Amino acid sequence: MSGGFEAIRPPGRLQGLRTWWTMLKISLEERLVYRGDFVLGTLMRFLPIVTQVFLWTAVFSATNRGDIAGYSRNDIVAYYLLTMLTRAFSSMPGLATSIARSVRDGSVKKFLIQPVDYVSFLLAARVAHKLVYYAVAVVPFGAVFLLCRGYFPPPPPDATTIAAFLLSLALSFLLGFFMEATLGMLGFWFMEVSSIVFGYMLVQYLLSGHMFPIDLLAGVPTGLAGVSLADVVHWLPFEYTAYFSAAVWLGKVQGTQLAWSLGIEAAWVVVMAVACRVAWRRGTRRYSAFGG
Amino acid sequence: MNRYLAILLTFARACLVRDMTFRANFLLECVTSLGWMSMNLAFYLLVFTYTAEIGKGTGWSKEPFFAFVATGLIINSIVQAFFMPSAEELTEMVRTGGLDAVLVQPLDAQFLVSMHRIDFSSFANGAVGVGLLAWAVSRMDHAPPPVAWALYPLLIVCGVAILYGLVIMLAAATILMGRNQSLYDFWFYLTNFSRYPAEIYSGPWGGPLRMICTFVIPILLVVNVPARVIAQPFTGESWGGVAAAVIAAAASLVVSRIVFQRALARYRSASS
Repeated sequence: MSGGFEAIRPPGRLQGLRTWWTMLKISLEERLVYRGDFVLGTLMRFLPIVTQVFLWTAVFSATNRGDIAGYSRNDIVAYYLLTMLTRAFSSMPGLATSIARSVRDGSVKKFLIQPVDYVSFLLAARVAHKLVYYAVAVVPFGAVFLLCRGYFPPPPPDATTIAAFLLSLALSFLLGFFMEATLGMLGFWFMEVSSIVFGYMLVQYLLSGHMFPIDLLAGVPTGLAGVSLADVVHWLPFEYTAYFSAAVWLGKVQGTQLAWSLGIEAAWVVVMAVACRVAWRRGTRRYSAFGG
Repeated sequence: MNRYLAILLTFARACLVRDMTFRANFLLECVTSLGWMSMNLAFYLLVFTYTAEIGKGTGWSKEPFFAFVATGLIINSIVQAFFMPSAEELTEMVRTGGLDAVLVQPLDAQFLVSMHRIDFSSFANGAVGVGLLAWAVSRMDHAPPPVAWALYPLLIVCGVAILYGLVIMLAAATILMGRNQSLYDFWFYLTNFSRYPAEIYSGPWGGPLRMICTFVIPILLVVNVPARVIAQPFTGESWGGVAAAVIAAAASLVVSRIVFQRALARYRSASS
């Protein structure tokens, strides 16, 4: 009897690392099965950018402005390309719906009795997914960026900016993960979250800067004195999943503002990680599973 | 023909009953669909705060451009309502062998595969499209002549027919390959090219792209021709676009029919 209970005792640090590594390896092998689908999917994701390039070229040809909200035509194209890169880190396709599904079909209960932390398992699986994605996507991404290098403003960013850019990408991955995982945990309270997820995706697409640079909203009033719509969007976490990294590379955020913004991004990661944990704890407390 | 119309009405009634059984879900689908559309409209409004027109001298200023967008909404809502839900189910039908049940029916397989499911929530965008068109046309500098109004519904049908042909060809690819989720994603990315006036595709890259999307895969004719007829001055040159749209629609229907029949001939059941 006692042996059975010892088996579910929380693992030691070394054993925990080994479990994490095993989860990562399993997920890597799963993902590599569909590598052909990955390459095709990655290339196709650049197609909407093609229309954006032509649209903004047409807009700039019709206006006498050299720039719009501080962006030249080349800056805008570079911005869209960079948001593609940021979204490759922060987007978590299927994460929220898969969590909600596991709650609905009961498969989540194995994580309640096994010495494996569900959130860590999901994180490991997502890291594996991303590693495979980057390994495969580096070719189409490299080709597109090489082809479009003329759109990026000279000179290339300095080492500090590149380091800040890479840090912002890593944080955007964590932020995107915890935001979507928290959303998925709503499955403990609602049977179906697909509509909520779709609503979130809409808001995210608009407010993250994926649709257009947030700076374009700087001239849109909110009704509050001295507060533009861009200011309101800057108070929310969404911009760190697309806009921020692109803005860092393009030199739109510099100096103390850059350090301050990275700090805010890290704080949002902590807030969303705590929210995810709280949702998991409260959700599992009210969760009940019946049968095999 | 009457028999197929009666069956289509039966399908429509069954789908409407189903949608009304889950009314909250139906309303939510309408709201999310309208939300996506509103975001796009907001984006275009934002663009027009920085420019007077899309492309220098193209004539696509704010009101004509919104008439263009409205035309796209109307055409896409018809395709999304009538054809896409059925086509999306086809992948699963091929994988599970459910297509066998379709093939043994005494009805045309293409009709059953492409029209058995109707998504009424997609009409929400179309309704907004009609309202947006009325708003845009009433504010344009020139009123469309009667001939433009007469041609507009015909060209909408042509646009729908071109997209329907594309859906059917993708359905044929599903039958041949068994699984083609990426190809359906491709459909959405491809139709993305039809969202803007053809004039934006210019220059060393845009020119060839415009040619391909006009003559090889006539995706640029879908929205551009009806929108141009209603939102731009109607001239003798407009007839060329009308003729191209009618020919492309007919060709799209014929070619997709042939491709679909050939795919069906190579279908091997997955069921036991």
